[in-house]
This record gives sequence, structure tokens and C-alpha cells, in this order.
Amino acid sequence: METSVSTLLRSFGALALAFPLTAQVGLTGAGATFPAPIYQKWFAAYQSVGNVQINYQPIGSGGGIKAITEGTVDFGASDAALTDAQLAAYKTKNGHDVFLFPTVLGAAVPTYNVPGVTGQLNFTPQALAGIFLGTIKKWNDPEIAKANPKVSLPDKDVLVIHRAEGSGTTYCWTDYLSKVSPEWKSKVGTNASVEWPTGVGAKGNDGVAGLLKQQEGSIGYVELIYAVKNQLPYGKVKNKSGEFVKAELKSVTAAAAAMKDMPADFRVSIVDGSGPGVYPISTFTWLLVPAHYSDSAKGQAMKGFLKWAISKGQDQVESLEYAKLPKTVVAQEEKQIAKIQ
Amino acid sequence: MASSTIASPVSRPGNEGLLARLRGADQVSYLVTLACAAAIFVVVALIVQELWTNSQPAIKAFGWSFLWTSRWDPNGGHFGALPFIYGTCVTSALALLIAVPLGVASAIFLAEMAPPKLSNLLTFLIELLAAVPSVIYGLLGIFVLLPLIRSYVVPPLKGALGFTPLFEGNFYGVSFLSAGLVLAVMIVPFIVSVSREVLLAVPAEQREAALALGATKWETTWDIVLPNARSGIFGSIFLALARALGETMAVTMVIGNTPTLKASLLSPGYSIAAVIANEFAEASGDLYVSSLILAGLVLFGLTIAINALARILILATSQRVATP
Repeated sequence: METSVSTLLRSFGALALAFPLTAQVGLTGAGATFPAPIYQKWFAAYQSVGNVQINYQPIGSGGGIKAITEGTVDFGASDAALTDAQLAAYKTKNGHDVFLFPTVLGAAVPTYNVPGVTGQLNFTPQALAGIFLGTIKKWNDPEIAKANPKVSLPDKDVLVIHRAEGSGTTYCWTDYLSKVSPEWKSKVGTNASVEWPTGVGAKGNDGVAGLLKQQEGSIGYVELIYAVKNQLPYGKVKNKSGEFVKAELKSVTAAAAAMKDMPADFRVSIVDGSGPGVYPISTFTWLLVPAHYSDSAKGQAMKGFLKWAISKGQDQVESLEYAKLPKTVVAQEEKQIAKIQ
Repeated sequence: MASSTIASPVSRPGNEGLLARLRGADQVSYLVTLACAAAIFVVVALIVQELWTNSQPAIKAFGWSFLWTSRWDPNGGHFGALPFIYGTCVTSALALLIAVPLGVASAIFLAEMAPPKLSNLLTFLIELLAAVPSVIYGLLGIFVLLPLIRSYVVPPLKGALGFTPLFEGNFYGVSFLSAGLVLAVMIVPFIVSVSREVLLAVPAEQREAALALGATKWETTWDIVLPNARSGIFGSIFLALARALGETMAVTMVIGNTPTLKASLLSPGYSIAAVIANEFAEASGDLYVSSLILAGLVLFGLTIAINALARILILATSQRVATP
């Protein structure tokens, strides 16, 4: 007769055999808030595909760069490509390189609240630079008016609304302004947080939009996705070829495709692009992945996820209003994924 | 230290170890409460120590000039905290200017003049206000106060006082004025609830004696009750001031987040707590991060300095009051 203990042991044994023997790998990441919605969607979908549980904290690009350099997370995410100094700091701290992998594309759009203007406004690069530098002070300034001949612009003061906190959207916006305006480049420069010559700061896309709605004559910049979701009116921007382009998925992907050469380390800025239908204020967002993992299971899991994200994962991005990666970039990334150890 | 007054049945002089002295509840409670008080002090000391060590790069780069430079340029690496110190002081001063008369008057009404039922109800409601999270106050500020101020407060102010430097320039909603008003709404509950408690605690004999001598209700309140409750009311004002100086979320939503030194209350501005909250998460680079931490240390120092100044002021003025 069997004792109850041995019955217990037998049933446990049976149960153990019923479950897969491979343990689930866990990865942690932190970084940019802009791609957080699509990342969360990917991580949830990939859990069943690759048996990997990925946890992501959207603490901001700067936080992501800090965390991956300190080694407190398995991967980071940033809307701004790492500078040479940051790459060197990573190498000094960790002994190996960090790879950047573009995942999706985003864009920043100029949104405005001008009394009497219900349609779409066109903005030239000089108009945007002048407004944000504070040299263009009124809405009926000739620089704005000449691009909008059919619209009657009021004689109202322009109020610039920028982001109060450091943000990837600010990085993209200031990158564009630095490219199109030498005065902006020398006076202010490109960064997630800058010394704005004029205007007020609001917190987050919603802060900017909230203040914009209340204050007549104001202009600000928000993420394309936010503008679309909240049906904010935003203007067309003139690209380098002279065409006024409205930001949408097509025009953002076109900006990436129009890029001449993607550098080997994927650190590229695609603002002020030229070509038909190219939206000039677009940007990649990157995953920051160490070139070497001491835990090989984690390294394999990360490689598997990256391969999936740039191929199958891209099918899910457009439903969340992110633009897809161009095929040439995907092919180049697959080569770099193979280099992760 | 503690003189051993335990009645110990086997007390051998010189042989009384710690354990022997601990046999009494007095000694134990003394040590436990001492440990609790010391723990708080230790935590504060640790905070100051951390702030000090982590802000060393900025201290080495800027020294004392951090306090009077007004340029804040994360991209170029120039950091000066003057606009933030100015903004913190201006908004807190404005908040106190509005909240103290309002709060003390409300407390007098609730403690001295209101019928008990009304007093209890209103006190309950005002104390609820103190529990509202500051983000809600920020949202209230943006969606309710800003439009109200823009439509009903600023036009008459500008009409009457627009020529003074305090009210010149365009008004964009977000400003020192808006931040000061939101802060005033936030700190009034502290002043009201503590002041009311203190006023109620004034002994009835004092009031009765004054009334018996022929004083009116108002004379009793103003000349007898209030001076009695003075230190408690000042304590409540300190509490309110501390909250105003450190308030972050509500301020950053309505102040405009622009580092300026304009005298006009209608101009957008910035405060120390707001800049740390906004920029710390994305700050990268030793100098930037340590400058923000140094700004935090400056806020700490500012709070202590203002509190110390206020207490000295009160001490000085109370010396003149004849104490029986």
C-alpha cells in the first residue's frame, strides 16, 4: 500500500513534467517615454513568442542612458542618440560598447491657437526659427504671412510654449532648429533641455496642449501621435526640397527612407530632410543594448526580441500611430544584432 | 546622564550595569523616545550630507556665485540659481500675504464667533482641503483659477495699477500671481486649522475676565485671546510657509517655468522645487545633475534661513510685550 507521502511525491513529479523545463528569462529596461506605448505592446506580445518577460520603466531618455551606463538595467531606450562623450563614458564604466538599435520613428509638429484661423497654416523653417528665437513677435509678420497668402493673420502677439522638462521631443525640435538656423545653433543649440530665448514652459504634451487651448496667439510643439489622438490643429512645415508637408505616418517613414547613408552605429539625425513627401521634423528612437551580456541567457533573449521587433513587431506599430522602419535600416540592424554576445 | 533613582532591591554601588538601570519603565521610555528623536535628526543630517556630497561638482565649478548668477543653460553648462530663489521667495511671500489674513480671520470666526454646529462643519471641510493632493490643486489652478484670473482679476489690476512695475507686461495666464494664488489656497487650511485649535485652547477665564471688566466681544478677541494664542498662530504660519516654499507640482503647473528676474507679478517665472522636479529625470552629465542637487541644498538653506529670521523677529517683538 502506498503511503500518502509517496503519493504526494508522485503527483508533484507528474506536475513538474507537465510544465516546460526551460525557466522564463526576465529582462528589465528603462528610458524614453515617447515609445513606451509601442514597447509595452511589444513586450506583452513577445512574452508568448519568446518566453521572455520584459519589464520597462518609462523614466525618460536621460534616465535610460544613466541606467544602462550604471548597469542597473538590461537595456535602455532613448529618443536622442548617444553623444561621443556618453559612448565613451559607457565604455569606460563597462569595458565594452553599447549598441543603438532604431525601433520606430516619431515626429514633432507645430500646433497653434490663432484667433480667426481655423484651417492649416504653413510654416517655413525661417518662420519657426524666428518665432522660437523671439525675433518674430506677431502673427501677421511677413515671414509667416508669405507662406499663408490665403489666410488673414491677426495682429496678435505670439506666445511660445515649450516643454518645461527635458524631453526627446525637445531634442528633436531643437535639432531641427539648429539645422535650419545658424543663429539658433550658436545661441541655443540642441539638447533635451535648453535655455529658451522666449516663451513659457509647460509640463508634458498635455501641459503644452492645455495652455495652448487657453491662451490665444500661442504656438507650441507636441508629438505627432499626441496631436493626432487629441485632434489638435497642426501646421505643415516646408522641407529642404521646398515642399510644405503635413506630418503623418507616410511622410515620417519617407523621411527615414530619404536618408542618404545610415551610419554603422545608427546614430543619425533625419531632421530637415529633402525629397518628395518628406516631413522634416522626424526622428528615430533607439534601444540601447550592451554589446556583451555576462548572462548569456539574457543576451540570447535580447537578440531574439530585437530580431522580432524590427521584423514582426513592425506590423503593430502603425496602429499606434508610430512610423515603421525602412527596409534598408532593418537589414542593417540585423547584422548588428548578430554582433551582440 | 540619568541619575539612577530606581529602587533596586539588590543595588550594589558600582555594580549597577545598564541592565540594572533599565529595570524601570522610566529609563526604558526615556531611551526609546530619545532614540526616536535622534532617528529623525539623523535622517535630516543624512539628507544634508547627501545633498552636500552630490553637489560638490557644482560647488567646485561655481562657488558662491551660484546664488547670484541668473543664467540657467543646460546645453552650455552655465548654471545660476538666482531666478529660482527669486521665484520661490516671491510666490511664497505672495501666498502668505493672501493666506495669513484670510486664514487667521477665518480661524477667529470659527473659534470665537460661529455657532458650534456651523464651526464644526466648516472646520471639517477646511481640514479636508489640507488633504487634497497638490497635483489636484495644480489642475484646479490651470482649468479654474487661470481663466478666472485672466477674466476678472487681471483686467482691473492692470487698469488700476498697470503703470507700476508690479503689474506691467502681458499676462499669459501662467505667472507669479497665479502661482501665489494657488499656493495661498493650499496653505490656508493649515493656518485655519492650527490657529483655530490654539484659539480654542485659550482659557475661558481670560475671556470671562475681559468681558467682566467691560470689554466688547471684539476687544476680548483682539486684545486678550489673540495675544494669548500668538505663538501657536505663528507656528501655523511657519508650517504654511514651509509648505509654500517646498510646493512643487501645483507651482510648476501654473508658474510658466521660465527662469526670469522680472519684477512684474504678471510675468512667468520659476521656483527651485519646480526646476528640480522638471529637469532632474532627464538631466545627464555631472555638472547638470550636481547643479540641480545644489539648488535643492539652497532651498534647504533658504527654508532654514527664513524660519530662523522669522523666529528672531518674533522673539524680538515678544520681548516688548510685558509678561506677567
